[in-house]
Amino acid sequence: MLPGETAVISGFRDDMLSVKLLEMGLLPGTIVRFNFTAPLGDPICITVSGFDLSLRVAEASTIIILN
Amino acid sequence: MAATRILRVALAGKPNAGKSSLFNLLTGLNQKIGNFPGITVDKRTGNCQLDSGTAAQVMDLPGIYSLYPRTVDEKIVTDILADRNGAHYPDCVVLVADATNLKNCMLLLTQLIDLRIPTVLALNMMDLAARSGQSIDVKALEAKLDLPVVMINGRTGQGVAELKNLLTTNLKPSSKTVYKTGEELEPLIKDIQQKFNLTTPYQAYQYLQQTDNLSFLTPADKLFITARAKEANFFQHKYQGAETVMRYGFIQDLLNKVTLKLSDPEWKKFSYRIDKVLTHKVWGYLIFFSVLFLIFQAIFAWAQIPMDFIDTTFARLSNVLDDHFPDGPLFDLITQGIVPGIGGIVIFIPQIAILFACISILEESGYMARVVFLMDKLMRKFGLNGKSVVPLISGMACAIPAIMATRTIENWKDRLITIFVTPFMSCSARLPVFTILVALIIPDVKLFGFFNYQGLVLMGLYLLGFFAALISAFVLKLIIKTKEPSYLIMEMPTYRKPKWSNVGYTIIEKTKSFVFEAGKVILAISIVLWVLASYGPGQAMQNAEQITKIEAGDTELTAEEFEARVASYRLEHSYAGIIGKALEPAIKPLGYDWKIGIALVTSFAAREVFVSTIATIYSLGGTEDEQTIKGRLRTEVNPDTGGPRYTTAVGLSLLVFYTFAMQCMSTLAVVKRETKGWKWPLIQLVYMTALAYVSAFIIYQSLA
Repeated sequence: MLPGETAVISGFRDDMLSVKLLEMGLLPGTIVRFNFTAPLGDPICITVSGFDLSLRVAEASTIIILN
Repeated sequence: MAATRILRVALAGKPNAGKSSLFNLLTGLNQKIGNFPGITVDKRTGNCQLDSGTAAQVMDLPGIYSLYPRTVDEKIVTDILADRNGAHYPDCVVLVADATNLKNCMLLLTQLIDLRIPTVLALNMMDLAARSGQSIDVKALEAKLDLPVVMINGRTGQGVAELKNLLTTNLKPSSKTVYKTGEELEPLIKDIQQKFNLTTPYQAYQYLQQTDNLSFLTPADKLFITARAKEANFFQHKYQGAETVMRYGFIQDLLNKVTLKLSDPEWKKFSYRIDKVLTHKVWGYLIFFSVLFLIFQAIFAWAQIPMDFIDTTFARLSNVLDDHFPDGPLFDLITQGIVPGIGGIVIFIPQIAILFACISILEESGYMARVVFLMDKLMRKFGLNGKSVVPLISGMACAIPAIMATRTIENWKDRLITIFVTPFMSCSARLPVFTILVALIIPDVKLFGFFNYQGLVLMGLYLLGFFAALISAFVLKLIIKTKEPSYLIMEMPTYRKPKWSNVGYTIIEKTKSFVFEAGKVILAISIVLWVLASYGPGQAMQNAEQITKIEAGDTELTAEEFEARVASYRLEHSYAGIIGKALEPAIKPLGYDWKIGIALVTSFAAREVFVSTIATIYSLGGTEDEQTIKGRLRTEVNPDTGGPRYTTAVGLSLLVFYTFAMQCMSTLAVVKRETKGWKWPLIQLVYMTALAYVSAFIIYQSLA
């Protein structure tokens, strides 16, 4: 995904992390927007269900998206 | 009128929802910070009069998104809320929710409903929600959740009176059930419910999910639960995920019915525009470093005025008491041990207050989350975490609050490394030592007519400490193994104006905890050191005056000079002097003599004691004036060489020693508390002292 793009979450690759991500409102079926990256390319900032979240790229890559 | 009834009220909610503002509004200055027994989490409680017959004891719980904890602090919440018979179990919970983002505030609420705890939903930031084009049907929300909802404004205090009123009514738990465990779990849940006599199935479910986190369960209880869970094929993560999805299903459904919303996040545009600059490749770092510079400026330049004032006040107090008290060991203890000891604690208050004012402003405004965002990748290379930035910055003032600030780091390994390296950051107690030594050995000339050499060396010492911290972190990263993955999932709050009263409360809170936590240790050690420095074996101490008289021979001494010589003689023959002399063989390769040895020993209480010890050793009659000490040190002769004692080599070796050495008992005490054992503070002590010794050795040997 490129900064500015949106996508729909379809699932997660990591069980441990998925629990934390779910709690923050990253549910399968919700729309997520990739806002911008930190100056060094990691972490990144995303918007999901109306609020901004920062994640590391490694964490974000466990989110499976539908396009 | 005295209250007849005391309600225990707990405030819960996610971080940045305005919990602390509400807590401050309810309790005012009537709050205190304590510890939960057995663990290190701060307990913020305060009293509040609800009406003439009812008072409330309000407890501010750590900010959480759900009952499942991520950090050490958060574990306490389930511990309190799942234990009906616990001392902290609240009569009711006020869930503070951010109305602009109701959705992820509701997860915890639905869990509270299932725990059957009487709950009030306090909707904060309704004004912002309105501005963002959202409206919430409060009546419908109340009906759907079967619990009271109040609208509050944490900034103006609107709605707080209504909330207080509501708390005095007999609140009942909601009758709804949001999450039902699957049928396959029912026998298991029932078993646990029966065994522990629990009223709600969800409570039993929490026993299953968080067996290890619940401190009130006995080891036998835990064994029983884990055994039963294993039999029934209970997988914690799988069920936790399913639970969250189900709860969000309910929440989404509910919010669809009670809120009206424009989809366009127009109101956030401003925040995004700020982010464009503050997280920019160039501007982002430039602004961050300017902010850092401003903080240092504040800590070192602005705090100097009140610090000087405190210093002179305590010195004067000590003298006044000395003049008015009769002689005697008890009075000496007060005037020379306790009063300067307390002074040594109070002197740091301005710096700590200013530092926490800055940090709290940055946190309140939402900038701190951006600093974490900016620095995470860089810090991770060294085994640290974006969240290590705050403790490392705080470490420049004092390592004690800095180490306490590491609690926000979720990952244990990251947190441990941060705790371990924070004392390398040059704290303010090193500054007086640096100032005097730098002034002594570095010429006061300018490089290119612009940069002052002394200033450059001082800055170099700070950088030296910083790089030692980074390199040590990197080494530790390779050594410590952990299965727990490090992660950074953090909400980026919208920028807003800091609420000044909250900043004020933070300053008071942090300063208080410094004075009481660190203060105890510093005071105790100052007293021990005073005893070591004032008593010695044999007759030498008693006969000090006579011996000095004999030694002086025919030389005419003024009363002051005589007193100073006696003091110096006493120190030499005291227990501290004996320790200093015993140390001499070990520190000789570093270029130090026994006099410096004494200063090293006393510095273990707090580094800045170096200056006053040196003043006493060189019989300066209690002065701490820099010029006087400098002049005296310059004329001190090294009997082995016949040249000056404080050569550039000795000075640099001492400077490096003070940069690296772990010479702070209070820090060790805090590390012990935070890491729950002596292992890490001891490793830290050995490692830092060894590094200091070796570096000082190399410097002295190569320069001398």
